[in-house]
Amino acid sequence: MAGLWVGTAALVAAGRRGRWPPQQLMLSSVLRTLKHVPHYSRQHLMVSRNLGSVGYDPNEKTFDKILIANRGEIACRVIKTCKKMGIKTVAIHSDVDASSVHVKMADEAVCVGPAPTSKSYLNVDAIMEAIKKTRAQAVHPGYGFLSENKEFARCLAAEDVIFIGPDTHAIQAMGDKIESKLLAKKAEVNTIPGFDGVVKDAEEAVRIAREIGYPVMIKASAGGGGKGMRIAWDDEETRDGFRLSSQEAASSFGDDRLLIEKFIDNPRHIEIQVLGDKHGNALWLNERECSIQRRNQKVVEEAPSIFLDAETRRAMGEQAVALARAVKYSSAGTVEFLVDSKKNFYFLEMNTRLQVTTTMHTKKVTTSGALIVGSVTVPSPKQRQHTGRGWQMSPKQRQHAGRGTSPAPVLSDCTEPKAEADDFPVTQLLILKVLGIIRFNLTCADLYFKDCASFPLNFQDPYKSFGLPSIGRLSQYQEPLHLPGVRVDSGIQPGSDISIYYDPMISKLITYGCDRTEALERMADALDNYVIRGVTHNIALLREVIINSRFVKGDISTKFLSDVYPDGFKGHMLTKSEKNQLLAIASSLFVAFQLRAQHFQENSRMPIIKPDIANWELSIKLHDKVHTVVASNSGSAFLVEVDGSKLNVTSTWNLALPLLSVSVDGTQRTVQCLSREAGGNMSIQFLGTVYKVNILTKLAAELNKFMLEKVTEDTSSVLRSPMPGVVVAVSVKPGDTVAEGQEICVIEAMKMQNSMTAGKTGTVKSVHCQAGDTVGEGDLLVELE
Amino acid sequence: MAAALRVAAAGARLGVLASGLRAATRGLCSQATSVNERIENKRRNALLGGGQRRIDAQHKRGKLTARERISLLLDPGSFVESDMFVEHRCADFGMAADKNKFPGDSVVTGRGRINGRLVYIFSQDFTVFGGSLSGAHAQKICKIMDQAITVGAPVIGLNDSGGARIQEGVESLAGYADIFLRNVTASGVIPQISLIMGPCAGGAVYSPALTDFTFMVKDTSYLFITGPDVVKSVTNEDVTQEELGGAKTHTTMSGVAHRAFENDVDALCNLRDFFNYLPLSNQDSAPVRECHDPSDRLVPELDTIVPLESTKAYNMVDIIHSVVDEREFFEIMPNYAKNIIVGFARMNGRTVGIVGNQPKVASGCLDINSSVKGARFVRFCDAFNIPLITFVDVPGFLPGTAQEYGGIIRHGAKLLYAFAEATVPKVTVITRKAYGGAYDVMSSKHLCGDTNYAWPTAEIAVMGAKGAVEIIFKGHENVEAAQAEYIEKFANPFPAAVRGFVDDIIQPSSTRARICCDLDVLASKKVQRPWRKHANIPL
Repeated sequence: MAGLWVGTAALVAAGRRGRWPPQQLMLSSVLRTLKHVPHYSRQHLMVSRNLGSVGYDPNEKTFDKILIANRGEIACRVIKTCKKMGIKTVAIHSDVDASSVHVKMADEAVCVGPAPTSKSYLNVDAIMEAIKKTRAQAVHPGYGFLSENKEFARCLAAEDVIFIGPDTHAIQAMGDKIESKLLAKKAEVNTIPGFDGVVKDAEEAVRIAREIGYPVMIKASAGGGGKGMRIAWDDEETRDGFRLSSQEAASSFGDDRLLIEKFIDNPRHIEIQVLGDKHGNALWLNERECSIQRRNQKVVEEAPSIFLDAETRRAMGEQAVALARAVKYSSAGTVEFLVDSKKNFYFLEMNTRLQVTTTMHTKKVTTSGALIVGSVTVPSPKQRQHTGRGWQMSPKQRQHAGRGTSPAPVLSDCTEPKAEADDFPVTQLLILKVLGIIRFNLTCADLYFKDCASFPLNFQDPYKSFGLPSIGRLSQYQEPLHLPGVRVDSGIQPGSDISIYYDPMISKLITYGCDRTEALERMADALDNYVIRGVTHNIALLREVIINSRFVKGDISTKFLSDVYPDGFKGHMLTKSEKNQLLAIASSLFVAFQLRAQHFQENSRMPIIKPDIANWELSIKLHDKVHTVVASNSGSAFLVEVDGSKLNVTSTWNLALPLLSVSVDGTQRTVQCLSREAGGNMSIQFLGTVYKVNILTKLAAELNKFMLEKVTEDTSSVLRSPMPGVVVAVSVKPGDTVAEGQEICVIEAMKMQNSMTAGKTGTVKSVHCQAGDTVGEGDLLVELE
Repeated sequence: MAAALRVAAAGARLGVLASGLRAATRGLCSQATSVNERIENKRRNALLGGGQRRIDAQHKRGKLTARERISLLLDPGSFVESDMFVEHRCADFGMAADKNKFPGDSVVTGRGRINGRLVYIFSQDFTVFGGSLSGAHAQKICKIMDQAITVGAPVIGLNDSGGARIQEGVESLAGYADIFLRNVTASGVIPQISLIMGPCAGGAVYSPALTDFTFMVKDTSYLFITGPDVVKSVTNEDVTQEELGGAKTHTTMSGVAHRAFENDVDALCNLRDFFNYLPLSNQDSAPVRECHDPSDRLVPELDTIVPLESTKAYNMVDIIHSVVDEREFFEIMPNYAKNIIVGFARMNGRTVGIVGNQPKVASGCLDINSSVKGARFVRFCDAFNIPLITFVDVPGFLPGTAQEYGGIIRHGAKLLYAFAEATVPKVTVITRKAYGGAYDVMSSKHLCGDTNYAWPTAEIAVMGAKGAVEIIFKGHENVEAAQAEYIEKFANPFPAAVRGFVDDIIQPSSTRARICCDLDVLASKKVQRPWRKHANIPL
């Protein structure tokens, strides 16, 4: 396949503006997508060979240079694809992003302003300037930021620069939630009951909410991705929700208009991919199940959904296509639906960007058999129009579109996708079938542990319901790419800073399998082998979700997290045998460290007399319970007796590697020793969760009993910033009386507004912050009497 | 001191019963068995220190006994005790009575091993007369110190003492002086470590002060010249023991102690860890421990660690962690003069001393406290053959009246002196700023740095662009252009590199590999200095 790319550069060099071939980009993505997919059987190798042909027409013309108006993972993906096609790339970045991965990858980079997105990645003037300066012919907006900004699209059009994405008209129609809902209604798409206009103020919000009936959803008209979105169960919450959402909407989208609609309780979130062309053709592909969400942001995605039957799928697909036709949609997009337990579905919104989460394209490859990966970077139909050609689906595609793509036949194996020349790959790749792809958004959020209970859908106590994005520097970072069937989309590298200004997403982790079970097993493996140090992350939660029996059965909804973890996520609950394994591994590690501490290069002046300990009698504390362990070793094999039961532990005991592969009684485990202190404290990541153990020798443990408990500071009377961020509002002043749980101030970090509440009822003694201040983690905000 | 007396009295009361029983049994046995029995008895009593009640009281305070501490610190079964039968020789104030005699007196001494390596140790026993220092007590300590010097092995002191044995008067004071003398004699010959695990007051504080490292236990240890009562009567200040001389005070404000640990167990475990970094004496080279971290490991995360804006801070500790073996760094004085970082780590298994400016704190400038902190650490490393690795990002010395009046000139000179004097392998990496006199000080090529590297982000100049332009282009109209010219000329590693003041400009990711390679070569470094009685560091 690699040979295919050879011709491209020459053509680009020729500088001929001709047809813009979707396949080029498409195929490059496919290749990347599937390079980790193993071949399972000879039979399927045969299949792929028979299909094997060309990815794109090398005679087709590409842009010479495009600008990517985005950052992070999506920018990296676009640049990679462009590189393969020989298209020059221009990255834009804010000053704090100057040394980030996408900037390094691009051929050119332009700084468009300071860190806040409104001054950089949303700064249309600066970006237009960058386009002029670099003479980029087109702009790829990625997702988020300006991808659905009609103003931006208009500016580009005025400068004769091509916007890689759908028409301005479609962006406008679908990007505005109010307008899109009206359009959907007209196209006879099921919609959620609600108010079809902009809500002026909090009081109007309350009035409308009462009309619709609680619970209601308040969301930013211009919004997406869960930002500026809140659920209210009563008047009070509606007022607060209105205020917070409008502030968030203003800072995230520069548009504080809000709308209100009925909140569908306990729904699934399922979205349908659609494709449209300039000639009124539209088709739909299979769905993605994105029900597992946190704060309305997708955490786990899976395709296909194991909930939908063929009939519902078809009905949803047809409505999605109807909507796409109604707006003359001529690109790739997603139509999101809420599906209730009776398989009633309601139109939620349409994403006119190519995809919020590009990896979904991969999923498409594997679930419906169709491939739209390339569409991420495909010069859009608009470009075709620009060059007077007008993009049109192939006859095959039209046929496909005409009947509405029914769920593709399921093959039990993975094959490498091959495309036939001159054909739009969407239809060509139907044979490709990999089931059970699960996509994880790895974010750095440290509150998953305690905060899942207050997952925003559980709005009884919205004030305690925020997750705190963790920020910091990735001191160590290693993706589990050595495993089969794993793909990671990320825009970071070891040493990257996760800044407070942007989305806290670390990466998207995708695993493939021939069936759901295999995909899940691989995901568990991938999560265990993922090294992320320096920032807290949600691997523990993700790994728990995929082994949860409800999830395994497919019994999920958008309330999954709050239902399954009503008291907050507390990490993996160890079974007895798992606990013994953990204790055995921990003690073996401890002994390995102790033994190594005696290994000095022999010093001739003074002989070293190593203590001869045949049996290490240890005492391990885990979750406040003390376990007695006796460990002995011969070479790298340890025999460990944990609370009476014997386990054999073997490993290479390389104490410098971040990942340690250990075999416990034949069971293979990958553990990570995150920290180790001389005083016996050790943090071990085991089955996704980080366990803190304290290991002491028997003697030290006996003497440790005499040590006094240290009194911890009463934290309820001081409010400290839980993360670095900017103070948006302070609601109290010294002398005020506050009730427990009352909002004291709001801190914005990672584009999320977090309400800080009083830990107890009392009088405000002093206020140490004011609106506009930048605060660091642990900074004192307010003191109570 | 009063406390010590009270303890002594309690101990004495306890002793009455025990010695009465002993007297009764003695008469019935033959001479031989009697001696054996007396030996047995003495040993048994020695192990009990001041008796079970005192032991319980000690435990109640969250403190371990002298022997328990030794058993935790040393390898199991390695302790060889000396002078278990030594008793104090005071006859005044009824001290001569049997009940006031404790075999071994108020200190346990001997030798043992930590991870197989020899160490001499004394552990003061608070259960005997409050751990107060008698002539015999001092004599025992002096004995093991003398041996340690002769043999060439470190001394660890576990301090837990109410102070001088007042009953002994000047003999006790003489004992202190004897110890001080040995501390000084041993200084630079063998590493000396003090772990303060209880009170340490009055003249007694000067022994830890003379040793190389002083560690403390949080909440249960105190170091002060005079206690809160005396302070109150003399200066009328109200201050608690903890505020006056607790672990927090000495590790954050006074700089007397080098580190504090949570409790006895934690402190002793950490001391074992720390001991592994030290050579046994000045005749030994820095220890090399087995290492699993490849010496040629590239560290890609370092390529982006220095922010592009030269005003923005970053954490030098991150660089240190990334470069050293397995991210293990034993920081010395982590909470004092935080604008400089010092501590021990390993490179390819070999102990190294790390010195680094910390841009996160006061821009990493050098001031009085950081200079003194750095200087003492550098001199320790030099004395004990531990190679020095210096990470430089220094904007200069801190200006201002507070610093000038405080004597930044002579204190800053200490660090300069220490680096210039050091003959151990010296590798220096300039990560960003190296401005002014501080550039010279921070182990520069001119002070016989063996290998000096600059990262591409290095700026080596007399001062920052703004200040320089104000002087060079005084009255000049186009300040911005002048500034740009200065930056172009000086805000990069080239001026130093073309003159050979840095040996190479290296990619940050290769730093570890380069340093490991250099240290291998420099292991055989030898420097001859002219004879002198001793140097005269500006104290």
